[in-house]
Amino acid sequence: MVQLTMAKAINEGLRRAMADDPKVLVMGEDIGKLGGVFRITDGLQSEFGAQRVVDTPLAEAGIMGTAVGLAFRGYRPVVEIQFDGFVYPAFDQIVCQVAKLHYRTRGNVTMPITIRIPWAGGVGAAEHHSESPEAYFVHTSGLRVIAVSNPQDAYVMLRQAIASNDPVVYFEPKRLYHTKGEVDLDVQLADAPPMGLARIAREGEDVTLLTYGSQVATALDAATAAEDDGVSIEVIDLRSISPVDYRTVTASVRKTGRVVVTHEAAREAGVGAELIASVTERCFNYLEAAPQRVTGHDIPYPPAKLEKHHLPDLDRILDAVDRVMDRPNSLSGVLD
Amino acid sequence: MTMTHTLTPTADLATDIDDVARLLTPDGERIADPELDRWVADVDAATLRGLYRDMVLLRRIDTEGVALQRQGQLALWPPCQGQEATQIGTARALRADDFAFPSYRETGVVYARGGKPSDFVLAWRGEEHSTYNPYDLNTATQQIIIGAQSLHAVGYAMGIQRDGTDQVAVAYFGDGASSQGDVNEAMVFASSYGAPVVFVCTNNQWAISEPVTVQAKFPIAGRAPGFGIPSMRVDGNDVLACLAAMRWAIDNARRGNGPAFIEAVTYRMGPHTTSDDPTRYRDKEEVESWRRRDPIARVEALLRSQNEFDEAFVASVDADADALAAAVRHAAMSATTRPPLTILDDVYAEPHSGIDEQREWFGAYLNGFAPAEEA
Ligand SMILES: Cc1ncc(C[n+]2csc(CCOP(=O)(O)OP(=O)(O)O)c2C)c(N)n1
Repeated sequence: MVQLTMAKAINEGLRRAMADDPKVLVMGEDIGKLGGVFRITDGLQSEFGAQRVVDTPLAEAGIMGTAVGLAFRGYRPVVEIQFDGFVYPAFDQIVCQVAKLHYRTRGNVTMPITIRIPWAGGVGAAEHHSESPEAYFVHTSGLRVIAVSNPQDAYVMLRQAIASNDPVVYFEPKRLYHTKGEVDLDVQLADAPPMGLARIAREGEDVTLLTYGSQVATALDAATAAEDDGVSIEVIDLRSISPVDYRTVTASVRKTGRVVVTHEAAREAGVGAELIASVTERCFNYLEAAPQRVTGHDIPYPPAKLEKHHLPDLDRILDAVDRVMDRPNSLSGVLD
Repeated sequence: MTMTHTLTPTADLATDIDDVARLLTPDGERIADPELDRWVADVDAATLRGLYRDMVLLRRIDTEGVALQRQGQLALWPPCQGQEATQIGTARALRADDFAFPSYRETGVVYARGGKPSDFVLAWRGEEHSTYNPYDLNTATQQIIIGAQSLHAVGYAMGIQRDGTDQVAVAYFGDGASSQGDVNEAMVFASSYGAPVVFVCTNNQWAISEPVTVQAKFPIAGRAPGFGIPSMRVDGNDVLACLAAMRWAIDNARRGNGPAFIEAVTYRMGPHTTSDDPTRYRDKEEVESWRRRDPIARVEALLRSQNEFDEAFVASVDADADALAAAVRHAAMSATTRPPLTILDDVYAEPHSGIDEQREWFGAYLNGFAPAEEA
């Protein structure tokens, strides 16, 4: 076990995946000498050369489309999208090509592409640098979607994503890049929990709080605060948001009978909507209260000075907990 | 096509920085160029002093931006030092009713279009996405998504065509942006419809850490003729050449001859942004060699040789720069952040029940934190 930041854990994950498999190559803007704008690929080009750590032209559709061709040819490209808001030029290649080629070819062609996206807000960044586009990808069949929340998962799940024969969209919360944690670098992938498994981040009895990625830390803080109020919250870090590990989720909901979902992305047709629909289908008879969402507002990501009013924080989560506990809350008497 | 690109058809490297049209040498000597000269025949000492003043003021805004970022007043700043001649020379060729589509680094375009001190800093402070109303400056909100604005400029130009006026739209983008699909699609549309648009590609040699050779193996201006668009490659540190090339391109568009493309070869002297570390990817010698091509020093030398650079002039420019810097600083330091509920404003142009509901809930939620009124 070593103490690593999430950034360093991802860097190690890339390094070891490249060392183990000569077909793995890394591509993106500024990933060579600069080591990427977040330095996640630091040192990789000097170690593996410019043929395997490819500084690309500034063209996301170009990066993604050539990754498709490389995958056709038997390579395993790991693509870095510089920031969440810049994935859209590549969107057509991801949803029309990367996601569908295996299906279209009746399984003859695999697309083992990992798409790394520094993701979400809370870092005071400029416009287009704080977006949460995960729902677009979750809605696209053929993609797996991962959102990590700690260095150990970041390391293991990146290695799993690269090893997977499916395309994986891998979200890295940039707000957590510098948080440290214990990482077992020598973990055998075969022994690690499979990539799609959720993790119970904190056990509790009264409310199931579902979340992923950047919001896990906030959810855990909320659970700690709720304890003082006599409410016991079980926090589930989904880790994979497509597919979702509903076994872990429903077991928890059957125990608590109350559900709150939180994510940074906007509410409408977001991952939270999907989670609540699925939980309601599976656990309707166990529910003691209507499930609640705590999300970003349905607005374009606001200017940095105002982002704190957009991002779900501890108080907004506790307010939703009050709603499912049928205690006085912000909705009392406001909306019918 | 009245003028095609000035390139030799051999495989010039994109880094062959001296294969450019130029009117002012790096030493400030005025040289002749048969194609460009006529476009600046009217430029007298007073005009030249005006361009000098603009460039000095722009550099001062830029220095102030970096300082404010270092002091924590701005979240980020994208320096444009070194690119003053490209920005001022091209933007000063525009008429007030032409429409510009700049990128994040084109502080000088916003300045030349009449931006207020707060317009240079409040977006980088994170107060607003766009501080100015684009229709007030006839300038679109500065673009962060690389290359997207090139298509907007072409569409705007298509609108001009339909309205039958002689205005022109301008798309500004970088050498890195020339790799994007949007920029290439913009050239296809502009050419197909003969839209009155000028593409200004600021080749400052770097797209963050990627040298221009990652984007191009042949000078970027050489691409436009393949789309049927005449182009020029000019010295981007030569404000006269930039002005002349832009006047040529604009005239071409105004007269209904369609798009033109300018590649301005210049250099970003500073980091990509204040978060960047250029020492990781470029050497000091390269930066120093470009310092000797400084666009402002060049005009100063020319003005001196014409005995037009007297103390009174320098003092007045310095005073203007001081005043502008103070105003920019004041705009940043005195900024007030708008109230939380306003983040729900302007998402839609028409009332929207979903947003109305969120506003109602969020208002009640925020009120829950308000201190109880004293009786
Ligand atoms: C679509 C998109 N991809 C990536 C980025 C991140 N990014 C911002 S500026 C930049 C380099 C741009 O280089 P260039 O077009 O040459 O303009 P310059 O910054 O040199 O003025 C990159 C990669 C972005 N803003 N938008």
